[in-house]
Amino acid sequence: MEVTTVDTNFKSEEYFINMGPQHPATHGVLRLLLTIDGEIIKKVEPDLGYIHRSIEKMCERDSYQQIVHLTDRMDYLSSHINNEAVCLTVENALQLEIPDRVKVVRTIIGELTRIASHCLWWGVMGMDVGALTTYFYGFRDREMINDIFEETCGARLTMNYNVPGGLMWDIHPNFVKRVKEFVAHFKTKIPEYDRLLTGNIIFQKRTKGVGVLSKEDAISFGASGPVGRGSGYSCDVRKHHPYSALDKVTFNEALQTAGDTFARYQVRIQEMWESLSIIEQLIDNIPEGEHRVATNAVIKLPKGEFYQKVETARGELGVYIISTGTKNPYRLKFRSPGFSNLSLLNHISVGGKIGDLVATMATLDLVIPDIDR
Amino acid sequence: MTNEALQELISNWFPNPEIGKDSKVQEASENLDNSEDVQKTQLPINPSLLEFTEEGSQFLNVTVPKGYLYELMSKLKTESDTSFDYLFCLSGVDWGEELGVVYHLESTQYRHQIVVKVKTNDRENPTLDSVCDIWRTAEFHEREVFDFFGIVFNNHPNLKRLFLTDEWDGFPLRKDYVDEINMVIK
Repeated sequence: MEVTTVDTNFKSEEYFINMGPQHPATHGVLRLLLTIDGEIIKKVEPDLGYIHRSIEKMCERDSYQQIVHLTDRMDYLSSHINNEAVCLTVENALQLEIPDRVKVVRTIIGELTRIASHCLWWGVMGMDVGALTTYFYGFRDREMINDIFEETCGARLTMNYNVPGGLMWDIHPNFVKRVKEFVAHFKTKIPEYDRLLTGNIIFQKRTKGVGVLSKEDAISFGASGPVGRGSGYSCDVRKHHPYSALDKVTFNEALQTAGDTFARYQVRIQEMWESLSIIEQLIDNIPEGEHRVATNAVIKLPKGEFYQKVETARGELGVYIISTGTKNPYRLKFRSPGFSNLSLLNHISVGGKIGDLVATMATLDLVIPDIDR
Repeated sequence: MTNEALQELISNWFPNPEIGKDSKVQEASENLDNSEDVQKTQLPINPSLLEFTEEGSQFLNVTVPKGYLYELMSKLKTESDTSFDYLFCLSGVDWGEELGVVYHLESTQYRHQIVVKVKTNDRENPTLDSVCDIWRTAEFHEREVFDFFGIVFNNHPNLKRLFLTDEWDGFPLRKDYVDEINMVIK
């Protein structure tokens, strides 16, 4: 037992336990130091860094094309959107005019990524609170999306389909047909999800009123994505700072006001419907044209500072590049959504039970490489 | 609020005390209303303690002397005209000679954005004020900056290494950090 990082000055009835770094509910190598009194949580302190690769330092010696490949090792469930964030930053800095075809395809794949990520989250969420069947349902539907990705991008998870200037290849001839098949299929499956889990009385008792986050705290803690929107905080980057083809589509921002675990759950279910709607609006009208514009083999950004935010499946990802005019960034910072969302875990779980912490963590939807970068 | 309006509002919060001492400059600034632009450019002293620039960035950039950081930040958050309640990015930067922190702020009410920069020359014991009690998200972000840049934040409730172990030597994201085994230098 490691004692150096533990405050030994606690009262006799309080003790501490380790949750993780190898624990199914932490979804990766995250260690939580819990100070508990019986089963009531007094304090949660995350211990990070088990898989920190110092991507920000590596970026300082890499070219901009290489940086794109590092980003899908951060939040691997939103890899396409991470790639897009870096590409958009570079393209805006170079003031490149990106073809409409690229914008539309990027948005469609981005929304498919979001659905795939939410499918996996939904399966794991059910499993965390004791419903094993959801895992198989979620993975069954995610598999269809992965097959589409494999055909068009050449990879199922870390896709690297974006390059600065456009897309690496044009879409596969089957792409439109298969996406349409998936949309039709998945429309019949979300109601199934609702019947299986959402209305389940045990599930509702585990999640309603658990891990409540107020709107003020959500803003102060920098919560984003479904975590912020579950507290009624309108924080969808796609609405407030639209990028790619998102200014051409209409969709509703999924908002809930309760701020508890169940509200965050509902936001994600609602988001899957909205993503389907965005895909439907775009899939029949993919413009003809080039799939990329030529850039220099060695990309040098002009001197200055560039910031781009995008909405990944977990929330707001920011890319901040300071360039001195050379082929490498002088400093590159990733503002990852998971990092800010993790920082509020202590705030919302103190006073609850350990079982509640598991349910709360499931709806924060943490991906540890995103936090550890 | 536009960047120009923001700049005018914020620069008035921190007037440069040098102006009051130098009567010539004071006259010059009083005559500004009915004078030409030429006189404005000839003003020898910045009328505010803050430096503003929009060059090379999509945001309005404010550089603040480190002694005024906390005061500026709490005003940016609490004043009803600015109301910057969302700190969306906090990055440590090593500028070579100086270490510093860049704060990206947004108002969820008005949706205007601003970037605040603060720098310190002291590379041995760099110290800045913490903004934890203004935006709670700063607690983790400042720990990350402490971990990788060694900047100590005053009044931080729990300032210790976040990613690295306590016995780690040096601050890896500084430009002068050397690790001959693990770092591949091209």
